[in-house]
Amino acid sequence: MHIELEKRARVSTLFSILSPLLALALTLVFGLVMFWLLGKSPLGALYSFFVEPLLEVWSLHELAVKAAPLILIAVGLAICYRSNNWNIGAEGQFTIGAITGSILPVMNPEWHSPLILPLMLLMGMAGGAFYAAIPALLKTRFNTNEILTSLMLVYIAQLYLDWLTRGPWRDPQGYNFPQTKSFQIEAVLPEVLSSGRAHWGFIFALVAAVALWFMMRFMLKGFQVSVLGQSERAGRFAGFSARRMVWFSMLLSGALAGLAGISEVSGSIGHLQPSISPGYGFTAIIVAFLGRLNPLGIVASGLVLALTYLGGEAAQLSIGISDKVSRVFQGLLLFFVLSCDTLIHYKIRLVLAGATTGEARR
Amino acid sequence: MFEAILLTVITASTPLVIAALGELVTERAGVLNLGVEGMMIMGAVCAFAVTQISGSPYVGLFAGILGGGIFSLLFGFLTLTLVANQVATGLALTILGLGLSGQIGEAFVGQPGIKLQPIVFPLLSDIPFFGRVLFSQDLTFYFSIGLVIGINWFLFKSRTGLKMRAIGDNHASAHALGINVIRTRYLAVMFGGACAGLAGAQLSLVYTPQWVENMSAGRGWIALALVVFASWRPWRVLAGGYLFGAVTIGQLHAQAFGIGIPSQFLSALPYAATIVVLIIISHNRRTTLINTPASLGKPFVPDR
Repeated sequence: MHIELEKRARVSTLFSILSPLLALALTLVFGLVMFWLLGKSPLGALYSFFVEPLLEVWSLHELAVKAAPLILIAVGLAICYRSNNWNIGAEGQFTIGAITGSILPVMNPEWHSPLILPLMLLMGMAGGAFYAAIPALLKTRFNTNEILTSLMLVYIAQLYLDWLTRGPWRDPQGYNFPQTKSFQIEAVLPEVLSSGRAHWGFIFALVAAVALWFMMRFMLKGFQVSVLGQSERAGRFAGFSARRMVWFSMLLSGALAGLAGISEVSGSIGHLQPSISPGYGFTAIIVAFLGRLNPLGIVASGLVLALTYLGGEAAQLSIGISDKVSRVFQGLLLFFVLSCDTLIHYKIRLVLAGATTGEARR
Repeated sequence: MFEAILLTVITASTPLVIAALGELVTERAGVLNLGVEGMMIMGAVCAFAVTQISGSPYVGLFAGILGGGIFSLLFGFLTLTLVANQVATGLALTILGLGLSGQIGEAFVGQPGIKLQPIVFPLLSDIPFFGRVLFSQDLTFYFSIGLVIGINWFLFKSRTGLKMRAIGDNHASAHALGINVIRTRYLAVMFGGACAGLAGAQLSLVYTPQWVENMSAGRGWIALALVVFASWRPWRVLAGGYLFGAVTIGQLHAQAFGIGIPSQFLSALPYAATIVVLIIISHNRRTTLINTPASLGKPFVPDR
């Protein structure tokens, strides 16, 4: 028995919509089996993982806090991946954005001006864009593989942050904790509603998603992204520059990751510390694919992945499952999304041994 | 002193060499598996867990190979049977591997491991200067040297190796010649997975005999860079692997001496070195084009 693929005459619209949902369903089924194997009541575990976090106002706010960086990073990555530029170092751009954005409050803790916050956000974006410019420069100038360089830069950025918060930027009055002084109130990204913690980062994420959706749908730049991504040759005939696209997509995604970084630090943590992200930059890759690289789809998938983070924490408390389970869920989800996407372009049929349909048709 | 440093360099280099050799074979068959880091960490956790349960690091070593090999099948099924995007699937394999290994390894955190003991060749190891370095190592080191020789012979001297390179350079022609592209690629992917698993097992049984989450710390990615560095040739993988091992150990010794540079900067050196090496290797577009398997990363659906 083996599996045979047959190319569809045209892309299946039905499965373009259905495939992420199918992947989610498969992940849930797998989750049931996994919880059962772990000796937990499967339905109860799924309930505390995926439903309980949605029932309270404060946890909905937490959902928005976690979804904000995921969506911000993922919409940028979607433009990269659509244009065939494989930036997987968003975690590093996030970290550098958080660092450059924090320069002002760390250096000038006494500066109480309403100007400080917009400046911080801009500097965060600039930092992220700068850090993404390194693999872009290496790719355009030296033909270096951007997957490997952007990833190596993640480790370097994390070590740099570690050094800063344990060394020169450490708060001398911080009881030896490796962290900077808490930001002054003017440097804290405000909450959107008075009912909870969700900060303006979530609004930035929504604005970025809508803006990039508009760009992909209605602007020449969006068209360039898709054409160059599908065929660089075709793009060249149309006069589009692949080299410029490398710069555009990398700088854009770097800036958005940097914005996510400074928003997280300023809106959610309130100071810099050695670890500022539970892997948002990598989870955002899953978010981008689950959202089918469509900015609006990414808003939905960002919320779903944020739920896996929250559910992991909730399940750890209520039924004593390790929070590692959420990482497994995230990985499985990406696998199922990628396999279900095959259905968009191909018909899949199982061929029983001996029945050589291919030969017979010929 | 010098001998001791050399010994640690070898221990640090061996996992890089083994994982990179496996990926080299996979890529020679035209498949780009970016999941080395994930397969490596799965090998590390399987090897450590089985060693703790069975009490024998050799059984553990085998479990590591098996774990990496089986885990790579997931990648094979998605990219070869379902023609999913190889880059994205490789990333998925890494993300899943890191999560799953954390889950499996949770029960083993903090347990003291059992170290794979060196096999000492009686007379040879008495040769002055390099005897002890070369002939009183653990099994994985001898294996890594054997792999370099074996893979070099397989790729460039054997008929099957020739066929495999043909697939990597032009899968459509190879298919037309009657070579089973998909089956060969499955085998190549599994070989790469088994090697990555063995490399991971070396980490949790030899390099630091314990289980720490994310203990591969980017070595899988460095192995991927090594393949590019080596321009897909086994002997150059060996050279490159030792270069990286030397950088890693060099920075550790520099930290121990306390030469006044913050430890974080020294820890960043192997990653920075990877970038520098990639720049040097890639900047000549023509040589890169000649060496890269032409079908690398391209999807293949046999026409019927």
